[in-house]
Amino acid sequence: MAGIIYRISGPVVTVNGLDNPKMYDVVKVGEAALIGEIIKLEGGNAIVQVYEDTSGLRPGEKVVNTGAPLSVELGPGLISSIYDGIQRPLDKIMASVGDFIARGVTADPLDTKKKWSFKPTVKNGTEVKGGDVIGEVDETSLIKHRVLVPPGVAGKISGLGDGDFTVTDTIAKVATGNGTVEIRLAQKWPVRAARPVAEKIMLDAPLLTGQRVIDTLFPVAKGGTAAVPGPFGSGKTIIQHQLAKWSDADVIVYCGTGERGNEMTEVLATFPELKDPKTGRPLMDRTVLIANTSNMPVAAREASIYTSITIAEYYRDMGYSVALMADSTSRWAEALREISGRLEEMPGEEGYPAYLGRKVAEFYERAGKVHTLNGSTGSITAIGAVSPPGGDTSEPVSQSTLRVTRVFWALDAALANSRHFPAINWLNSYSLYADDLAKWYAENVGNDWHDLYQGAMRTLQRDAEINEIVQLVGYDALPEMDKLTLDIAKSIKEDYLQQSAFDDVDTYTSMQKQHLMLKAIMELGNEEAAAVKRGVSTAQLSGLQVKQKIARMKFVKEEAVKAYYDDIMKDIAAVKDMKPETMQ
Amino acid sequence: MSDVYYKTVNQITNVLLFVEGVKDAAYSELVEVQLEDGRRVTGQVLDTRDGLAIVQSFGETSGMNTQQTRVRFLGTTARLNVSTDMLGRVFDGMGRPRDGGPQIYSNESLDITGAAINPYAREEPSEFIQTGISAIDGMNTLVRGQKLPIFSGSGLPHNRLAAQIARQAKLLNDSEGFGVVFAGIGINSEEANFFKREFEETGALDKSVMFLNLSSEPSMERIILPRLALTAAEYLAYSQNMHVLVILTDMTNYCESLHEISAARNEVPGRRGYPGYMYTDLATIYERAGKIHGRKGSITQLPILTMPGDDITHPIPDLTGYITEGQIVLSRDLHRKGVYPNIDVLLSLSRLMNQGIGKGRTREDHRGVADQLYAAYARGKELRSLTEIVGEEALSANDKQFLAFADKFEDGFVNQGYSEDRDIEKTLSIGWELFKDLDVREMKRLKDEHIAKYGKWDNAAK
Repeated sequence: MAGIIYRISGPVVTVNGLDNPKMYDVVKVGEAALIGEIIKLEGGNAIVQVYEDTSGLRPGEKVVNTGAPLSVELGPGLISSIYDGIQRPLDKIMASVGDFIARGVTADPLDTKKKWSFKPTVKNGTEVKGGDVIGEVDETSLIKHRVLVPPGVAGKISGLGDGDFTVTDTIAKVATGNGTVEIRLAQKWPVRAARPVAEKIMLDAPLLTGQRVIDTLFPVAKGGTAAVPGPFGSGKTIIQHQLAKWSDADVIVYCGTGERGNEMTEVLATFPELKDPKTGRPLMDRTVLIANTSNMPVAAREASIYTSITIAEYYRDMGYSVALMADSTSRWAEALREISGRLEEMPGEEGYPAYLGRKVAEFYERAGKVHTLNGSTGSITAIGAVSPPGGDTSEPVSQSTLRVTRVFWALDAALANSRHFPAINWLNSYSLYADDLAKWYAENVGNDWHDLYQGAMRTLQRDAEINEIVQLVGYDALPEMDKLTLDIAKSIKEDYLQQSAFDDVDTYTSMQKQHLMLKAIMELGNEEAAAVKRGVSTAQLSGLQVKQKIARMKFVKEEAVKAYYDDIMKDIAAVKDMKPETMQ
Repeated sequence: MSDVYYKTVNQITNVLLFVEGVKDAAYSELVEVQLEDGRRVTGQVLDTRDGLAIVQSFGETSGMNTQQTRVRFLGTTARLNVSTDMLGRVFDGMGRPRDGGPQIYSNESLDITGAAINPYAREEPSEFIQTGISAIDGMNTLVRGQKLPIFSGSGLPHNRLAAQIARQAKLLNDSEGFGVVFAGIGINSEEANFFKREFEETGALDKSVMFLNLSSEPSMERIILPRLALTAAEYLAYSQNMHVLVILTDMTNYCESLHEISAARNEVPGRRGYPGYMYTDLATIYERAGKIHGRKGSITQLPILTMPGDDITHPIPDLTGYITEGQIVLSRDLHRKGVYPNIDVLLSLSRLMNQGIGKGRTREDHRGVADQLYAAYARGKELRSLTEIVGEEALSANDKQFLAFADKFEDGFVNQGYSEDRDIEKTLSIGWELFKDLDVREMKRLKDEHIAKYGKWDNAAK
C-alpha cells in the first residue's frame, strides 16, 4: 500500500500510512517519483529525506516504499565513472535529460549492456565463502577487477562461466545452506553499512604523494586518515587534486561533496590527459568520481560520503590500496545540520546535531589497512578536507575531525597569501604516523633519512624562534650562526617545501629525488655552519653560486637529478676551503 | 490556477502567514494575498501539510489581518517570462516592469529556481577576459564562465570597479562583448542611477537587463530578485547564445533577507544567527555561472558584497568565498592612500586564472610575473610592518629594495584611472619594469628564459 504525503518542509517530507516502513528504506516520493530515504519513524508517520528538489510537491501525493536500504551497485565499470551522491551516472543522465539535472531521473549505475570478458580463477565444485575471488575481469588498463563472492554467501560453486558477460548475467551459482545463490559480476551493498573484513592490521607504509611537504614532514600511512582544514583560498582543493593525481594508491575515489561544479569539470578535463607516473597510463583508469556539487540537493550530499566509501571498500576487498578524498566534509556536516534542523532536533554547538562527532568518527573508522575476507591485504586511506568558517578550527566539524584523524595538514592563510604553496604550516601540522613509518623510510629511502628530517624540522623550529627575536632587535643584531639558521630555513621553505602544482616537473617529486634535494640543502647548511665557526661571515656565504643550483633543483627532471646532485655536492665540498675575508 | 480563496489566515508575522484548512498546497507554490483594501501581494509556500500552509509574503504585511485577508494558491512555482524583449528594460524585484514599458509577453517561461547544471555537461572556463585592470588581469585573471565576487566594505568604490569591468571587459580575439544582467538587491536609488547612467553612456543599455529592488522596497523581494536575474541570464546565454556578465549587488542585503525569514520561522540558527542552510542557498545562486559543452553562450558572475565591519570571516563573505572561484578584495588602506582600484592583491585570488593564462592565451611569462609580483609585494608589506618596530635602518640593502618595491607596486601597478583600459601586454610590462629595481637573483619565480626575453635589468645584472 502506498503512503500519502502529509507535510513538506524543504528536503524533509512526512509520509502517512506507508506499508511496513523500516529505517533507511528507500522510497519514491510523489508523482515525480523523487528518490528519498526514511530517516525517522514517528507513530504512523515516516520522515523521509528527499534527494531531489521538492518544489511543486503536494500533500496527498503518494509515496511508494522500495523496501530496500540505499545501496550502491558494485561491479566492473565503476572505474572512470562519474556519479552523483546516490550513484546516478552523470554522463548517462546528461544523455537522457540534457545539460541540467532534471528531477526523478534514474539511470543504471553500471552499463547493463556492456560485455566484460570474465576469466574464472576457481574450479566448479570448490567451496567458496564471502569475499573469495572467483574470477577476474580487465576493467581498465590499470585495474584487474576481481570478482568477489558477496559477503555472507558460502558453499560449493558450480556453473562457472568463462567468456563475455554483462553485469547482470549469472556467472556462477553457489549452493548455500538456504538455497542456491546466483553470482553476477555486479552486487549491491547498503551504503550505510561497512563491508566486513577479516581483521584490521598495523600500518607500515606511507601513501607516497609526490608532495614534498607531505612525504617528508607529515606523511600519511596507507590505510591512515588525514584532515586538511583551511580557510577558503588556502589551497585545499588543489592539495586534494594533487593527491588524487600523484598518490601511489591503486584506486582513487574522489568525492566532491557540496563543492564547485567547475572543480569537478577540471578533474574530468585533466585526469584523462594525465599519466600515472608509475605506469604511464591515464589517471582516469584508476579513478572513480562522485560529484554532488553545492547546488545539487542537500540530502544527496549527505549520502555521497557513504556512497564513496562503500565503493572504496569494494576495491579494498579485492586487495587494492585505495585512497579516498572527500572535499569537503564540512559541506557534508552542513547537510546533516540542515536535515537535523528540519527534523526539529535539539541542536548542539553552532546548530550541528549532537551526533555529529559520532558520524564523523564512524566515517573515518571505515578507513584502515585490513586482511580481507579472502586473506589478501587491502587498505583505504581517507583524506578529508574541512572548511572551517573563517578558517577558525575551533568549530565543531574541525574539532570532531581532528579527534579521529591522525594526520593534520594545517593550511595557513598567511602562507597562501604570500603564495607559499602547498600552504601547509610546518609548525602546526602533525603526523602521528611518523614512528610507524620510520622503518619504511630507513629501508626504502636511506638510513640518513631520519636525521635529515629531524634536522630540517629543528631548523624550521629554530627559525620561528629567531624570527620573534628579529621582530624585537632587528636582523643586524643577530649572531652570525642565527643568521645562517634563517638562511637555511629560507632555503628549506622556498627551495624544498614550496612546490608548484602547475609546473610539469615540480608537480611530482619521487622519494629518491626528495632525498637528494633535502640532502643537498642540509649538507650545504652543515658546511656553512662549519665555515661560520671558522669565522666566515654569512654575507660572504650568501654569494655562493651553489644556492642558485639548489633553488633550481626542483625543476630538474627525475632522470637527471642524480647527476645534478653530484655536481652540487662538488660545489658544497668547495665550501670547506672558504676562509674568512680579512678586513681591509 | 485555483479560484478558491482561503480566508483562514490564522497567524501573521512580519513576513509569514499561516493559512489553515489548505489540503494540498505545493511546496514553493506561489500565492496571491488579497488585502481588505484590494491590495495584492505575492507570496510563496515555505512549508505545507494537510491542513496548513506557511506562506512567506514578498510584500509588506502591514494592513493584513486575519479576518479579511484572502489567499489564493496559484498552482505554479515562480516563473519568469523570457524573451529578447527584456534587453534594454528595467524590472522590479518581482519581475514587473519599472520603466513604464509593457509587460514581457512570451510563450516561453522558465522556473526561476533553475536546475543544477550537470557537472558532466560543464565546460572548463578558460577564455581570458581582459578587464583592462592590471590588478585583475595581471594577478587575478577573470575567465569567461567564472564567478568572481568583489568583497568590499561600506563606502568603498566597488560600484565604480564593477562598472569599469562591465565597460571594458572583452576577449582578446573576439570583437563580441558581453551582455549585462544587472541585479540591484536592496541598493539605494543613487547607486541604481549610477549604473543606469553608466550603461546609457557606454551604450551597454541595449544589451542589458536590469532588475532593481531599492532599499525602500520590500526586503523579501530580494530573495526572488537574483533568481529572476539569473533566469534571464540563462535564457540569454543558453537560448540566445549571448555571453552574459551578471552583476549582483549587494549580496549582503540578500543574506540579510534570508536571515530575516529564518528568524521569523524560529529556525535553529547556524553561525552568528544566519541560517544553517545559507551555504547551500548561496550556492544555488553562484553555481548558476558557467559554460556548457556545445552551447555558445556563457554566464560570468560578478557578485558584490560589503563585508560587515570589513570582516572577511563574517559568514557572508566566508560562505561566498567557499563557493565562488576566488575573490577580489578591496582595501580600505589603499582607498585612504588614494589608490584606485583599491584591490588588495594579497587577499584576492582567481582560482581559474591558470586555465586562462600563458602561452597562446595571454603570454608565456604571465604565471611567473604574477607569482613574482605577489611574492615581492608580500615581502615588501611584511618589511613595512617590521620597519614600524625596528626602523628602516635595520634592514639589509636587499630588504630596502623590497620595501621600496611595495610602494612602487601600489602606485604604478595597482593604481590606474577609472577610464584607463590597460591591455595585458601593458600590464605585464609594468611588472617587468618594477622588477628592474630588485636583485635578479631574488627573482625565484621567474624562469631564466623569460628573464632573458623580457627582463629589463642591464646585462651585467643578468
